[in-house]
Amino acid sequence: MTERIIIAGSGGQGIMLLGKIIAEAALLQGKFVTWLPAYGPEVRGGAAHCMIIIADDEIGSPFIDKADSLIIMNQLSLVKFKSRLKNNGLMIINSSLAKLDNKLKFKAAEGRCTDIAEGLGNIKAANVVALGMYLASKKIISVENTLGVIKKMAPQDKPELLKVNLEALEKGRELVKNG
Amino acid sequence: MTGNEAIAEGAIQAGCTFYAGYPITPQNELTAYMANHMQKSGGVFIQAEAELAAINMVFGAAAAGARAMTSSSSPGISLKQEGISYIAGAELPAVIANVMRGGPGLGNIAPAQSDYFQATRSGGHGDYHCLVLAPASVQESYDLTCLAFTLADKYRSPAIILSDGLLGQMMEPLLVRKEGKIELPAKPWALTGCTGRQANVVKSFYLKEGDLEKLNLKLQKKYKEIQQKEQRWEEFFLTDAKVALVAYGTMARIARSAVKVLREKGKKVGLLRPLTLWPFPKKAFTMPKKKYLVIEMSYGQMLEDVQLALCGKAGVEFLGRSGGGIPSEQEIIVKVNKIYHGKNI
Repeated sequence: MTERIIIAGSGGQGIMLLGKIIAEAALLQGKFVTWLPAYGPEVRGGAAHCMIIIADDEIGSPFIDKADSLIIMNQLSLVKFKSRLKNNGLMIINSSLAKLDNKLKFKAAEGRCTDIAEGLGNIKAANVVALGMYLASKKIISVENTLGVIKKMAPQDKPELLKVNLEALEKGRELVKNG
Repeated sequence: MTGNEAIAEGAIQAGCTFYAGYPITPQNELTAYMANHMQKSGGVFIQAEAELAAINMVFGAAAAGARAMTSSSSPGISLKQEGISYIAGAELPAVIANVMRGGPGLGNIAPAQSDYFQATRSGGHGDYHCLVLAPASVQESYDLTCLAFTLADKYRSPAIILSDGLLGQMMEPLLVRKEGKIELPAKPWALTGCTGRQANVVKSFYLKEGDLEKLNLKLQKKYKEIQQKEQRWEEFFLTDAKVALVAYGTMARIARSAVKVLREKGKKVGLLRPLTLWPFPKKAFTMPKKKYLVIEMSYGQMLEDVQLALCGKAGVEFLGRSGGGIPSEQEIIVKVNKIYHGKNI
């Protein structure tokens, strides 16, 4: 098994963090994993993406040419990365900020991640809504391990943040489960 | 953990007690990690005012017997060359990490392997060499940094960790060794205060006729010993390979992916991955019946070492990009297929 994931959006949307959560959850499952950020003069509001590979065997190149899954958080990233998805690949898309056209060669799960997160009281949790959608779409990393990583990462002194993120994860999963 | 952080953690594990550096992308995580952890582990961290200052602080700390280290990326490493030459001339151990980026000039911050010549051919003035180690994973960034300190002490020579932007930035799992305190070798030559003993002298300045030649002959003898004893490499599906890829660092990972794909299609392709770039693992090039394909993120630097190692006994092809371009798995597969079917020889 090799799962290649590209996550793309805007700086400040928690793109890198989302990648790290997936990578660490995969690590807990005993998989080989690489996480590669786009680095450079990146700024809040600028373009951001990262690449995660999860595999049963040692991973060669950490760079992803064609992805099995694409998590898209804004319109700019959709334009930039849609050609990088394999035919029949999976696209998770934040439809609050990106619009798909009708000619799809791939499976897509759409969710208004940003609106949902805002509804939960913290717009920054949009990335975790997308994570929930990914978990429900592909059973590569378990909900249990993902929750473990989020709980470990959450700041101890701000329990309300953890609560919002757990709700966001659940909302994301429901979106996909309820079709 | 990122590759950059793994180099830093490896250094601390190896008993490094002095780090001086100056920020530059894409190696900043290394300096930041040292800033966070050096003091906690009882060492000294200094953000120097410039690269030159940093390497000269390392020069001083090494002369005093500390396991000392600096790090930078390509343009910053160019600035350090004077100091590295002095350290080699004074026969001091020190570790220098170069997380390579695109050049020449200020270049860009994308990964590259264009500093191969600078690292392996005495980047500064004078007849000297640095040991050069090339990790290809986060784990190796850690392991080879530990080894670099051991070898630097053993041969009283600067050792370079030659990483690149991609390897430095990527995260992978890391197994940290849980050894207790590392036993450091005795350094009777170090400048530790000469109360009760004869004064030690550490210098690279020899004006008296014949003295500098003596130092050079001593260095050459040492380099010969290093070349005999310290060549290291890894083989992957090499024994029966008709086409042998030769690549190091990040490029070796991509080449490895290509080998896997080609093997699945029944093609006899293998990978020879140098772990030491100086000494270059000439001993590994003993199978002249193969065709070799050297792959680099540069325009043919290690290529020359492969040609020298083979002395014309086997065909050598090259695939390289630089300035931020990285040869892809697909480009490698296309090139190998051409060579495999004799179209390019």
